[in-house]
Amino acid sequence: MTLELISFLVLAFVAIATAAGMLVSRNAIYSALFLVLNFITVAIFYLLLGAPFIAMAQVTVYAGAIMVLFLFVIMLLGAESIAGEFNWRRATFPGLLSLLLVIQSTYLLIARARPSGEIAPPEAAVNTVENLRSLGTALFTQYLLPFEVTSILLLVAMVGAIVLTQKEKRVP
Amino acid sequence: MIPINYYIILSAILFSMGVVGVLVRRNALIIFMSIELMLNASNLAIVAFSSILKSFSGQIFVFFVISVAAAEVAVGLALIVEIFKSKRSIDVDQMSSLKG
Repeated sequence: MTLELISFLVLAFVAIATAAGMLVSRNAIYSALFLVLNFITVAIFYLLLGAPFIAMAQVTVYAGAIMVLFLFVIMLLGAESIAGEFNWRRATFPGLLSLLLVIQSTYLLIARARPSGEIAPPEAAVNTVENLRSLGTALFTQYLLPFEVTSILLLVAMVGAIVLTQKEKRVP
Repeated sequence: MIPINYYIILSAILFSMGVVGVLVRRNALIIFMSIELMLNASNLAIVAFSSILKSFSGQIFVFFVISVAAAEVAVGLALIVEIFKSKRSIDVDQMSSLKG
């Protein structure tokens, strides 16, 4: 067992354990905090895979912005006191179905996917500015249209959120 | 050297845990969090493939997925707040006004 494999297994255990904690915890705040931990573990996986920019975006956007929004809404609604327990009796059938899903998707991804083999540890060059620069160049040349569409999507989402939460004006 | 299969299995497990969360929990906020978990699991698989193919495209795709998730959360949480205001509950079993 190499050091890399050990660190992978420990991180995978943490990721699965925090996801399970998110599922079964009674309090919505605890669920959100477990999910933050899970996102941070996945960010470390991105670093191991040689994607430092995605790892940082994950930490800032997911673990930072999105989860703070979740916590804000939970506290605004007082939803932490709303009982919503994990129902073990109701969970058996979905659990069996998802076990089937794990087996099926793993089989399909491993048997049908073209790339196979082992992932080499990322080189130090991945963390340089040059690498980030080529990522940005690809984003603004080859993928310019999706980038612009994303900006429109974010604008629409912002307008939608404002329209949904503002008070209705009485028509005179 | 970690085989890519390990990443695929981890991603499948995380995705299925998200599916269980959507099917079992009745709290709308937890269901939303489970959806985020599923998006995250698929992102992990995409980054693993992009890493083994030594290509940027997967990472850029994951970047788009993250921004779409942010937009989705903004609108979805606004909807949940509105539902809570009108029904005083975010239990998805109670949202059955359209049921005949």
